[in-house]
Amino acid sequence: MLEIKNLHAEVEGKKILKGLNLSIQPGEVHAIMGPNGSGKSTLAQVLAGRNEYDVTEGEVIYNGLDLLEMEPESRARSGVFLAFQYPVEIPGVNSTYFLKAAFNEVRKHRGEPELDALDFLSLVKEKMKVLELPQSLLNRPVNEGFSGGEKKRNEIFQMAVLEPKLAILDETDSGLDIDALRLVAEGVNKLKRPDNSQLIITHYQRLLDYIVPDFVHVLYDGKIIKTGGKLLALDLEERGYDWLLEDYRAQCLNGHPSLAGAK
Amino acid sequence: MSTSTETIEQFVNREYQYGFVTDVESDAAPRGLSEDTVRLISRKKGEPEFLLEWRLKAYRYWLTMKEPVWPNVHYPKIDYQNIIYYSAPKQKTDGPKSLDEVDPKLIETYKKLGIPLREQERLAGVAVDAVFDSVSVATTFKGKLGELGIIFCSFSEAVKEHPELIKKYLGSVVPYTDNFFAALNSAVYSDGSFCFIPKGVKCPMELSTYFRINAVDTGQFERTLIVAEEGSTVSYLEGCTAPRRDTNQLHAAVVEIVAMDRAEVKYSTVQNWYPGDEMGRGGIYNFVTKRGLCKGVASKISWTQVETGSAITWKYPSVILKGDQSVGEFYSVALTTNYQQADTGTKMVHIGKNTKSTIISKGISAGRGQNSYRGQVKVMRSASGSRNFSQCDSLLLGDKCGAHTFPYLEVKNTSSTVEHEASTSKIGEDQIFYCRQRGLSTQDAINMIVNGYCKEVFRQLPMEFAVEAQKLLGVSLEGSVG
Repeated sequence: MLEIKNLHAEVEGKKILKGLNLSIQPGEVHAIMGPNGSGKSTLAQVLAGRNEYDVTEGEVIYNGLDLLEMEPESRARSGVFLAFQYPVEIPGVNSTYFLKAAFNEVRKHRGEPELDALDFLSLVKEKMKVLELPQSLLNRPVNEGFSGGEKKRNEIFQMAVLEPKLAILDETDSGLDIDALRLVAEGVNKLKRPDNSQLIITHYQRLLDYIVPDFVHVLYDGKIIKTGGKLLALDLEERGYDWLLEDYRAQCLNGHPSLAGAK
Repeated sequence: MSTSTETIEQFVNREYQYGFVTDVESDAAPRGLSEDTVRLISRKKGEPEFLLEWRLKAYRYWLTMKEPVWPNVHYPKIDYQNIIYYSAPKQKTDGPKSLDEVDPKLIETYKKLGIPLREQERLAGVAVDAVFDSVSVATTFKGKLGELGIIFCSFSEAVKEHPELIKKYLGSVVPYTDNFFAALNSAVYSDGSFCFIPKGVKCPMELSTYFRINAVDTGQFERTLIVAEEGSTVSYLEGCTAPRRDTNQLHAAVVEIVAMDRAEVKYSTVQNWYPGDEMGRGGIYNFVTKRGLCKGVASKISWTQVETGSAITWKYPSVILKGDQSVGEFYSVALTTNYQQADTGTKMVHIGKNTKSTIISKGISAGRGQNSYRGQVKVMRSASGSRNFSQCDSLLLGDKCGAHTFPYLEVKNTSSTVEHEASTSKIGEDQIFYCRQRGLSTQDAINMIVNGYCKEVFRQLPMEFAVEAQKLLGVSLEGSVG
């Protein structure tokens, strides 16, 4: 599904990713954790194709395609979805209209006929039921005046409609209270399928109480310094990052800066 | 007898006369402006004496005036002696014979706007049967309107058929002394539209120049007069949404609206004259004076405009709120791209008690476009308890364009409320990226964001107009970013 090799990226001349390796297979859920400033969000932005981030080295292969060569919209159309940490408001643009345009771009890309407004609406209503979302959401402008929780849930709703192959959730848990967190997580779980994958970026372990990952990676200083199973997240919750970071620094001093890559 | 039918007859007659008549003057007046030009125009149109006198007064007044320099627009000096002030409607033989002869770029734009083939032909000035189709449509509607006592015809016809109405209302809202371009228009206007809604009549359909084929060639100095009597309502649509390639440089029109007690007039414009090319060459100078007079109690005049064309736009559709409790509204979207310049806004003059005005202005600047909002809200001493709300938003696309806001507020009593809100925003990279991450192209993303931004104004437009305005905005913005 996704193969990231030795990825280096910088923003405004500042090196952020420094040789990141990661491999994700279909059906897998990966969690990336790490302290602030370790490069988690940069990874999400680079994968989505934000052009403020310069990739200076490495490659990303997505289903056989050179992802870094693709425009952001082509990535989206071929199934890469980013649930934004800070979803953007688009005043005056109706949510349904927006989502229908996005949905039909994906359909066109797949060579499928576009859905008309009526068919689309019934599809959307079905998805809303699954996610237990209020229908009023549909008639409002995209994210305008939404609470933090509503914005995040709206991201998951868009994900449900667009049915991506690779969903990247960038700190979807941040700013959510426990009930909203549970709702979002349940939504994500319902969307899990054997042929799609999820990359969950989070600062805290608590999201992983609800979304159980197959792999947990710790990102630090632009690299993945530790990979483990779901128990690693619990370890981190209990002991913090410090013990890992100390290990890592010791390794660096001994001349083995690259500890762990992908699983 | 309908104007349109008459026009057709004129066409037909000319066709037959063509080649036999040697009267060169019948086609166009010589270049330049003098009293003789004014007399010639009036004679050509067979006008009554009072109109000629009025034109001449306007001309003489114009001579004493100076072209305004206060608008925030720049253009080379206009040589008023190098303009042809009158030319007869184009003959069928002047136009292209078929769409194959029309500039393919223009056809492409029509297609993008989804204009039917017949309509494309009409807009491009192709001489085909479509003309007759439109005429028959127009005639049908005229019959229906006539039964209600509504007069909707060309200005020239109104002069002939209803001189008393013209005499009473012409210049009553925009006197020829008003400004330089209004004076010029008053002296040399060639034609335009006249609309009269009698007492208590609710006009059952949108009145549009669309139905009046002869409006297409009325030329650069149009005059529109709308009179709504007590308790009547009308919605009037001006212009056509398709781009017209026009070689005329100066377009100086005047629109006057009079609303009596409890009358409501809604005037919508989608203006898309030729804006000039990517380098800023050519294009229309659109210097227009539009003003409505809420003469009666609780009358209402509402202007909605979508301005995407013209090299330079200079217009301030205004409302004089004379009647107590009268209401004035102004909703505007003005887009400037490439080298376009727009200085547009409104004037709301509160005279009557408890009068109310609303101003919503949305400026969009792209390319090297310069967009200025200029609006005046004047609350007189007599206008106690009056209210105004103004909202002026500017949206910038790219970093070579400009947005300017010039609000003038003048309040002369203490019981009135005036609110002004203004914002300037740059179209967010974040917003575009968000849309692209959902699979939309950059262009589609921009169109969507801009249309969302204009929604408050588009909502005021009649349905079909709103749809076309949206498409038009898309076409106009094409290639303006990235």
